[in-house]
Amino acid sequence: MIAGLPEEEYFSSGHRACAGCGEILAVRHALKASGKNTIAVMATGCMEVVSTPYPESSWKVPWVHGAFENHPAIASGIDAALKALGKRDKINLLVFGGDGAYFDIGFQALSGALERGHKATYICTDDEAYMNTGVQRSGATPPFGATTTSPAGKKIHGKQQAKKPLPLIVAAHGIRYVATASVSNIQDYYKKVQKALATEGPSFIHVFTPCPTGWYYDSADTIEIARLAVECRFQPIYEIENGALKFTSKIENPKPVAEYLQKQGRFKHLGKEETEFVQKYVDERYNFLLELEKQKKAFDVLL
Amino acid sequence: MRKVESAAAAIAEAVKLCDVKVMPMYPITPSTLIPERLSEFVNNGEMDAEMIHVESEHSAASAMIGSILCGARSFTATASQGLALMFEILPIISGLRLPAVMAVANRSLSAPLNIWNDHSDSVSARDQGWIQLYAESAQEALDTTIQAYKIAESGNVLLPVMVCIDGFTLSHVYENIDVPERGEVDKFLPAFAPEYALDPEKPLTFGPIVFPDSFMEFKKAQEEAMENSAKAIAKANNDFGKMFGRKYGNGLVETYRMDDAEHAILGIGTLCTTSRSVVDKLRANKIKAGMIRVRCLRPFPKEDLQKLAKKLKTIAVIDRHISLGFEGALATDVKSALSELRKKPFIACHIAGLGGRDITEKHLEFALKQGMRKKAGGWLL
Repeated sequence: MIAGLPEEEYFSSGHRACAGCGEILAVRHALKASGKNTIAVMATGCMEVVSTPYPESSWKVPWVHGAFENHPAIASGIDAALKALGKRDKINLLVFGGDGAYFDIGFQALSGALERGHKATYICTDDEAYMNTGVQRSGATPPFGATTTSPAGKKIHGKQQAKKPLPLIVAAHGIRYVATASVSNIQDYYKKVQKALATEGPSFIHVFTPCPTGWYYDSADTIEIARLAVECRFQPIYEIENGALKFTSKIENPKPVAEYLQKQGRFKHLGKEETEFVQKYVDERYNFLLELEKQKKAFDVLL
Repeated sequence: MRKVESAAAAIAEAVKLCDVKVMPMYPITPSTLIPERLSEFVNNGEMDAEMIHVESEHSAASAMIGSILCGARSFTATASQGLALMFEILPIISGLRLPAVMAVANRSLSAPLNIWNDHSDSVSARDQGWIQLYAESAQEALDTTIQAYKIAESGNVLLPVMVCIDGFTLSHVYENIDVPERGEVDKFLPAFAPEYALDPEKPLTFGPIVFPDSFMEFKKAQEEAMENSAKAIAKANNDFGKMFGRKYGNGLVETYRMDDAEHAILGIGTLCTTSRSVVDKLRANKIKAGMIRVRCLRPFPKEDLQKLAKKLKTIAVIDRHISLGFEGALATDVKSALSELRKKPFIACHIAGLGGRDITEKHLEFALKQGMRKKAGGWLL
């Protein structure tokens, strides 16, 4: 029980998530913020599989899963139907997907739903790989991250590409609320979900959810890993509200990224040069966001 | 009210009459006339519905999952590559037992790219748990769309329906049609009130993961619903006939001059109109010819065809589709359905009309006469 959050649970225990799962925390606490009058849509993935093993279900709100890449499209249908039936105002619509579902395969459906302005809170639980299929590389896997399809080989050392900047791409659709969050700060995440739900039109939350099974760290350390990712600036925490980017936890004296990398099996192959590369990559991206923050209204012309 | 309309526009008229509330739409030739006309209805205030201008057919099918689960009667239309792109979602809609209705303006599948009619698109999707009805005229397209909701929403069915019309040769052909009154349609088709919906007052989980211990029971239930649907299709056809004065055979199969026929041309869609002329011509030459039109491809009207075939010496099956590496799907189905008969007619199977190639009277006469001479079918080029 986290201080200040309602006791009422809309996601019951007894689900089949791994010990130390970060994603399940994000799902459970989004529901606390959203409450009883919620409809949840979910992409195929770990969360769908662990929460609905027929005939059991963890969901105490109406829930629907269709496929891997169509959660925003299903949500579009729900939004339109509720409008057509005169029930739209009463219901919160939460649309969950992992990084595979949002960064990659469902990216088009997300973009379409945002462009059309379907009111819903789209929540991407990001554990930086396809975990449900056994830890494969996604568009969210960070540079040098080792997965089963970007292994730390003798010649190629993990993923060779950058992580797709999804929250910024989402913000460029001109939607009024985009936020990043981490399960290391559930109160902050909870508030952001509430804010997202109160937004006019679509809103998007990118929540950083470490995965002990895929990142190779002790399952007791999920919150610590999530916190370190924030403290070393690996996972920036900000909001883009009405076009203005603002850090909600600004890290003034960041810890070295190496400290974060060393704690995870997926980065254990990194040498000095590669660690320096990741440090530079993290610094550059963080500085870019700081510049956007200075501009005050980075995205407002697109609203 | 009488109007001169294309079959595509006739379907749009039917959708308006059915009080459809949500329409996720994506344009693709030759189905595009349908969303165009529906957009006019919505934007002119003639129809109180939400049009969702989705970014793909995949999302069109997906949006219907959400809208129907909220209790909104829903509709979309597509063709060819669009149906192929939806393919993943077709068994999800039927597996979730959603009474969706979708018009398909039948068109070939690329490559080579071709926008004209054959049945490769919907026939390739026949195993995905959708009822498939094929119309022969603009009037039938309109009537079938109304019947489709009645069938789909029947309590012991709850399955989606594809209303298929031949691309261009039907979708774009203008005919004199009778558009029923809204009040009459309301009597035939009551408001959509699903028993299970996404409702916070009664939270339900739709689309869970199902393990090997239960999966087959879900599929068996779907198959039973498919079997039930045959009766629902026949009933919708009958009831519609009583109210509106138009019937299409027994709903599953329509025949022409079959009472004493010895030789029959069997097909789907508009080629059957040509078959009727061929039958008349052959009858004039003392050949006891007849025509069988498969209106419903799924569920397949096995018993009806068995009854009809008992008295026949020859059937020429005309497929506007080919399962490459074997034969036309209709041919396979017909032969399979008749395999139990002790005395079988000779069945000649022909591939015709792919990618918009005309099927002429000459083709059909040749096909039937080949069969009468006990010669195997082939390609009607």
